[in-house]
Amino acid sequence: MRRGWFLPIAAALGFAFLYAPIVSLVIFSFNESKLVTVWSGFSTKWYAELFKDPQLLGAAWLSLQIAAVSATMALVLGTLAAVALVRFRRFKGRTLFSGMVSAPLVMPDVITGLSLLLLFVAMESLLGWPQGRGMLTIIIAHATFCTAYVCVVVQSRLSDFDRSLEEAAMDLGASPIRTFFDVTLPIIAPALVSGWLLGFTLSLDDLVIASFVSGPGSSTLPMVIFSKVKLGVSPDVNALATIIIGIVALGVLGATILQLRARPKKARP
Amino acid sequence: MTTAHEPTIPPPRRLRPWNAVERRLAKVGISGRVLVLLAPALWLLVFFLIPLAVVFGISLTTKQFGRPPYSPLLTTEGGTVQLTLHLNNYIRLFTDNLYVAAYLSSIRIAAIATIITLLIGYPMAYAIARSPDRWRNILLMLVILPFFTSFLLRVYALTGFMRGNGVINQFLGLFGMPPLVMMQTDFAVYVGIVYTYLPFMILPLYTTLVKLDTSLFEASADLGARPLRTFLSVTLPLSLPGIIAGSMLVFIPAIGEFVIPSLLGGPETLMIGRVLWDEFFTNTNWPRAAAVAMAMLVVVVVPIMLLQRAQSTMVEK
Repeated sequence: MRRGWFLPIAAALGFAFLYAPIVSLVIFSFNESKLVTVWSGFSTKWYAELFKDPQLLGAAWLSLQIAAVSATMALVLGTLAAVALVRFRRFKGRTLFSGMVSAPLVMPDVITGLSLLLLFVAMESLLGWPQGRGMLTIIIAHATFCTAYVCVVVQSRLSDFDRSLEEAAMDLGASPIRTFFDVTLPIIAPALVSGWLLGFTLSLDDLVIASFVSGPGSSTLPMVIFSKVKLGVSPDVNALATIIIGIVALGVLGATILQLRARPKKARP
Repeated sequence: MTTAHEPTIPPPRRLRPWNAVERRLAKVGISGRVLVLLAPALWLLVFFLIPLAVVFGISLTTKQFGRPPYSPLLTTEGGTVQLTLHLNNYIRLFTDNLYVAAYLSSIRIAAIATIITLLIGYPMAYAIARSPDRWRNILLMLVILPFFTSFLLRVYALTGFMRGNGVINQFLGLFGMPPLVMMQTDFAVYVGIVYTYLPFMILPLYTTLVKLDTSLFEASADLGARPLRTFLSVTLPLSLPGIIAGSMLVFIPAIGEFVIPSLLGGPETLMIGRVLWDEFFTNTNWPRAAAVAMAMLVVVVVPIMLLQRAQSTMVEK
C-alpha cells in the first residue's frame, strides 16, 4: 500500500518540474522592470515593444510561412508513407523504406542540417538548383523531418481503424482512390490535424537545421531569438515566448478536444 | 454469387475527377499503389539518404579556399577522371584530444541525463497508467503539451530559473540560504536535457505500462510477494521495451545536442554537437565537420537499431 502515496507525489513533483519554469517565464513577461527576475509591478510594455521590432516581426512572418508550407508538404508525404507502411504488407525494400521514414525522428539535428546543406551546395554546383539558400531550402529541410512525425501519427490511427468500412466501399464499386478520399480520409482526419499541427510547431521551433540551410537575409524566428538569448535574458523574449506558448497551447487543446470527440463516435455501433 | 449482385449496383452517377486521373495513369502503367509509395520514397531518398552519402564524400576531401570550401573529389585531367581521397580528417579525429574528449564527454553526459530522465519519468508514466480513466487523457495531454511548446523557449525558461538571481536562488534566499551556482555548469546541462526530453521518456513507458495485465500483480501479491518484489520481478521486466525505447529516444538526440550545452553549459562543457557547429560556422572547415558528423553517426547507429527493435516488440504486444 506504500505505492498509494508514492506515485501521486512523484507525478505531482514531475509535473511541477515540467511547468514551473514555463509559468515563471509567463509571469515575468508582465514585469515592469528590465531585470527579468525582480518583480516591480504589472506592465504590458514588453508586448508593445515586440511590435516595434521590425527584425523580429520579419523573422516571425518568415517562420510562419515556412511552417505552413512545410507542414502541408509533410502532411501529404507523411500520409502517403503511412498508407504504404500500414496497407501494403509486403513490398521490395520495405525495411529500407521504414528505416528512412523513422530515422529522421531521432537523427541529431546537427547531422541533418549539415547533410542537407552539403547536398544543396553539391546540387547547386552540379545542377544549378537550388540557387543560393533561403526560404526554399529551409522549407525542403523542414518538410523532410516533419514527414517522419506526420507518418508516425497517421500510422497509429490507420492501424487501429476498422478496415471493413473500406472493404464495404470497394465492394460497392468505389475505386481505391475514391475509397481513400470518401471513407479513409474522414476517419483519419483528426490524426491529420494533429500531424499537421505537430509539423507546424516543429518547423516553427527549429533552430539548428534552419541555421545550416538558411542563407543571408533569411533568418527565422528561432535564429533571431537564439542570438538575443545568447546576449542574456531579456523581457521582450519573455513576452514573445508567452505569445507563442499561448497560441500553441490553444492549438493543442483544440486538437485534443477534436480527437476526444471523434473517439466515442467510433465506439458506437 | 457476385454476378447476382451486379444489376443492383447503380453506376456511379457523379464521376469524381480522380476517377479520370486514375484511368489515365493506369494506361501509362502507373497504379495508385506505386504512386503512393513512390512520392515519399523518392523524397526521402533525395533529401535524407543521399545527403548522408554526400557528407561521407565530403568528409574525404580537404579544406580549401573558394566556393565550395572543399577540394573536389573527382577531377578530370586530359580525359582521365581522377578520384582524390583525403583521410586526414579522420586521422585528426583520433589523434586530436579535443575530438576524443568531446565524444567521450557527450556519451557520458547523454548517458547520465538519460538515467536521471528514466528515474523521474518512470514513476510519472506509472502513475498516469494507474490513474482513473477520466484523468488519464488530461494527464497525458499535460505531458505532451510541453513537447509542443518551443524547445528553444523551454531551454530559455530554464536559464531564467537557474540564473544567479533566478527564481530558485531567490526562493533559497527567502530561507537565508546562499545562492547556488547552477548556470554554465554540467549540472545545468543535465537539468536541460532531463527537462526538455522528459516527454519522450514518459510516452513509450506509458504505452507499455498501460497495457500490462493487472491480474499479474494480483497473482504476485496472492503468492505473498511484497509490492517492491512484485515491481522488480513482474512490472520492471515486462516494461523493458518501453524502458529501452524511452531511453534511446532521450539518449540519441542528447548525444548531438547543440542548443542545451551552448545556452546552459559553460565553456568547458564539451559536447560533440557543439564541436561540429564550431567546426562548421566558426572555422568554416566543412570537410572536418563532415568527418565529425560521420563519427557521430557511428555512435548513434547501435542505439537507433536498439530503438527499432524495442519499438517493433511494443507494436507486437
